[in-house]
Amino acid sequence: MDGASSFSQSPPHSPSGMKPRLIMVGNGMAGVRTLEELLKLAPDKYEITVFGDEPHPNYNRILLSPVLAGEMSIKDIILNDRDWYHTHGITLHTDTRITRIDRTRRQVLTASGETIPYDRLLLATGSRPFMLPIPGNDLPGVLSYRDIADTNAMIEASRTHRHAVVIGGGLLGLEAANGLRLRGMEVTVVHVMPWLMERQLDPAAAVLLQKSLEAKGLSFLLGKETTELLAGKSGRVSEVKFKDGSTIPADLVVMSVGIRPNTQLAETSGLFCNRGIVVSDTMQTYDPRIYAVGECVSHRGVAYGLVAPLFEQAKVAANHLAEFGIGRYTGSVTSTKLKVTGVDLFSAGNFMGGDNTEEIVLSDPAGGVYKKLVLKNEKLEGAVMYGDTTDSAWYIQLMRDGKNVSEWRNHLMFGQNHLGDSGHTGNANASALADNAEVCGCNGVCKGSIVKAITEKGLFTLEEVRKHTKASSSCGSCTGLVEQILASTIGGAYQPSEGKNKPICGCTEHTHEEVRRTIRDKHLLSIPEVMSYMEWKMPNGCATCRPALNYYLISTWPHEAKDDPQSRFINERAHANIQKDGSYSVVPRMWGGLTTPTELRAIADAAEKYAVPTLKITGGQRIDLLGVKKEDLPRMWSDLSRSGLVSGHAYGKSLRTVKTCVGAEHCRFGTQRSMGLGVKLEKMLFGMWSPHKVKLAVSGCPRNCAESGIKDVGIIGVDSGYEIYVAGNGGIKTVVAQFLCKAADDAEVMEIVGAFLQLYREEARYLDRTVHWVERTGLDTIKQKVVEDKEQRKKLHERLLYALQGAENPWEEIVRDPSMKQAFEPLEA
Amino acid sequence: MNDWKHICSLEDIPVLGARIVRRSGLPDIALFRNGKNQVFALEDQCPHKKGPLSQGIVTADAVTCPLHGWKIRLESGQAAEPDVGCVPHYPVRIETGEIFIHF
Ligand code: SRM
Ligand SMILES: Cc1cc2nc3c(=O)[nH]c(=O)nc-3n(C[C@H](O)[C@H](O)[C@H](O)COP(=O)(O)OP(=O)(O)OC[C@H]3O[C@@H](n4cnc5c(N)ncnc54)[C@H](O)[C@@H]3O)c2cc1C
Ligand code: SF4
Ligand code: FES
Repeated sequence: MDGASSFSQSPPHSPSGMKPRLIMVGNGMAGVRTLEELLKLAPDKYEITVFGDEPHPNYNRILLSPVLAGEMSIKDIILNDRDWYHTHGITLHTDTRITRIDRTRRQVLTASGETIPYDRLLLATGSRPFMLPIPGNDLPGVLSYRDIADTNAMIEASRTHRHAVVIGGGLLGLEAANGLRLRGMEVTVVHVMPWLMERQLDPAAAVLLQKSLEAKGLSFLLGKETTELLAGKSGRVSEVKFKDGSTIPADLVVMSVGIRPNTQLAETSGLFCNRGIVVSDTMQTYDPRIYAVGECVSHRGVAYGLVAPLFEQAKVAANHLAEFGIGRYTGSVTSTKLKVTGVDLFSAGNFMGGDNTEEIVLSDPAGGVYKKLVLKNEKLEGAVMYGDTTDSAWYIQLMRDGKNVSEWRNHLMFGQNHLGDSGHTGNANASALADNAEVCGCNGVCKGSIVKAITEKGLFTLEEVRKHTKASSSCGSCTGLVEQILASTIGGAYQPSEGKNKPICGCTEHTHEEVRRTIRDKHLLSIPEVMSYMEWKMPNGCATCRPALNYYLISTWPHEAKDDPQSRFINERAHANIQKDGSYSVVPRMWGGLTTPTELRAIADAAEKYAVPTLKITGGQRIDLLGVKKEDLPRMWSDLSRSGLVSGHAYGKSLRTVKTCVGAEHCRFGTQRSMGLGVKLEKMLFGMWSPHKVKLAVSGCPRNCAESGIKDVGIIGVDSGYEIYVAGNGGIKTVVAQFLCKAADDAEVMEIVGAFLQLYREEARYLDRTVHWVERTGLDTIKQKVVEDKEQRKKLHERLLYALQGAENPWEEIVRDPSMKQAFEPLEA
Repeated sequence: MNDWKHICSLEDIPVLGARIVRRSGLPDIALFRNGKNQVFALEDQCPHKKGPLSQGIVTADAVTCPLHGWKIRLESGQAAEPDVGCVPHYPVRIETGEIFIHF
């Protein structure tokens, strides 16, 4: 069962005039997240009642480890306090267990015998810790590690008792052991397998881990099977006995040997369960009125035990409950991190390997580093890292995107930095940073305030951190570092941004790719058409989606789609760069960096006439007139245009500059006429709007004085013709351009460059520089289309030329059209 | 100056756009029109670093400042979370397509 087809979609019925009633059983992380998502989509749809058998409102279960370790208090880990339920009109019953569901009458029964009717039911009962079926497992002093009550009992025991034994050497067991040790107990971890975390680690790495935990004061007994727990005189547990007959003292035993989906309620109520409550891709059980999410669920045969996938399930269930009906849950890549301060251990995906998988392993026991990557069909399937987890976020992203990694196989192990990443990796190790270290240089946010926001506000994703702290919301160069801080603060609960499936912004559920495809397939021609066809949630969108939509429309349907100035950033509306004081800078085009006395005179005259305070030679080989008043712009342009100067688009997601060196025209080393080719390219591309800005350079010989190696397209003249390089970037992170191909002459360069840029215009997401797009797509795929397949290359080039046909100098357009000029003139009060 | 002042017609402001209203000796006003033909008047100075809000991208209920992207509510002049700040706002009346601001 992996579809919703068998389930009815009809809206819930309830007594007329009343809202349908939604009851949630299980007041934990997955359930409450579903409610949060539901409230975002349809705040008034249901009358919501929540039953939880714990005495607390929803809290962050994964932070029980830091609580046990004494690094946080219970108060710190509450995610939704009682006020939250109240504010959202949700009736909360804590300390109340639901014992039965009467599906015929559609009501639930509480332990105290009350019945409450529902129209929709949401089960989120989590899981139960598994207790070894051995004598003594119910003695006082024998605990599991699941909730606040367990945690408090452990803290209590640590005050009065000495010997703790943790049975189970997995993540949870080790976190429990570490916490108890920090609370002053003598802790022994008993593990039945010959090494720790045998599912994640190979013996070599496990030894590294064990050593560092031993250094923290833990003891280990490996390969030991526990057979009995013995009581002392007081009736409390006093000894643990093993199969080999030996015993050790224990006044506290914590069993951490696994969890089982909590399906008891569902099963007794006749819902189909099979190692979890079986659900469809829309998170419905076999009774379509009943949804289930979280650890209690079995989806496509998998029961998840980490929060990230549960949150994805929550989103889908909420979508369906809100009758949005577009979300589907198709399974997750999971990852987790050991939350023991000072020990870096991370694992993700299928790290065990299996049929047809290959492994790349780096093992440096002396340096304390172990890494294992599992590959299948050229894709990353799983990863385990010990000692150096810097690249965890990147690996998760590769797994989620199902990206073909064959191109970088040799570098994969060394991480993204090694690849020359494009501005999205922190270069420092997050956990080593001090609290007052500045992380986001644009917005002045330090590590301490990010960590504080994450823990206090219960943040799980990069987007949430951006929203609450502004960190990583501007130039993006600290994104990797912020992701690391998230991962190290909340462990495996960290949800990397959804990569491929990420919606454009909060106004829609659709991705860039979906929007683009729909605009093409449905021949949509304006922003309102797209928004209505694709059911935008916000009536006029926002400053993120509107510019993207505008670009997708005009690039897909040139000469047809309607350009919307109000959906462009001010610079593209005013055809000049806004300055910090609200004035503008004007940069006329100087083709290939060449100019004439007439042009220079016109610039000098304009500068005098409009009292331009600053004139500057830019890094793009042209002149910037800075500090012009907005109302002067049209007149100044008109003056400049008269001498043949046109807009340099220094402000646009568009063609910027084509830098050239003097080349064979003058230079004694020049092999090709770089100025000539540069000017031709700039003229060919004039007026080109693109996903982000595009910069070119042409150098006359390999000495490369035009810096072709860090441009979106860089050309280097050689004796036999030209070498073309693409996807370089000299900005936030410097990335060296990659060799695309050789070309014999100017005409061939123009066709290849045109085809490359057209493909970029058609495929890249809005605000991707060429480097990001090439990184995502892979250079080989692009090479195939713009170099090898000559037919396709030609077609791409032709499409570009068609789009640019008749491109006009935007300055003159505005000077001519009074209605456009109006935007530059203030009104009087 | 404590009265309604005629400024312009509704058509003079682009849909989802803005115009600057100049006042002698006082800061400029940004006059916004949203998708539902509602008109709002805010002082043309972002609470962050005085960016000209009139030059931002206008949505149904907010404008995004062109300088560093703060979102300012059109109705209240209040900055959206996590930013904190507020600019003065002025009542606007539309009568048969003519716009008046109350100073
Ligand atoms: C004027 C100029 C600096 C100068 O005085 O030399 C400049 C000025 C600005 N650059 Fe630049 N960049 C200028 C050359 C560069 C270069 C060098 C080059 O083009 O050879 C780079 C690195 C090369 C590259 O882009 O790969 C460069 C990398 C950036 C970046 C980072 C881009 C990136 O992808 O990493 C930004 C931010 C952005 O675009 O988002 C930026 C943004 C800006 C903005 C537009 C900031 C803004 O959004 O307002 C600056 C406008 C200042 C103003 O008020 O006019 N500027 N900027 C240069 C104009 C060149 C031209 O004639 O058009
Ligand atoms: C110590 C610890 C550390 C962890 N660390 C991590 C980590 O680092 N990363 C990670 O991703 N995950 C971690 N986890 C796992 C994570 O906490 C769970 O995956 C997550 O909490 C499951 O959410 P849930 O809503 O499905 O279940 P829960 O959060 O367990 O919620 C279920 C709730 O339903 C209640 N309930 C059950 N039956 C009934 C009933 N019949 N009536 C009323 N109420 C009922 C339960 O009492 C419980 O409160 C950790 C778990 C623990 C215990
Ligand atoms: S580097 Fe570029 S963006 Fe930064 S201050 Fe200089 S001109 Fe502005
Ligand atoms: S001045 Fe408006 S956001 Fe900075």
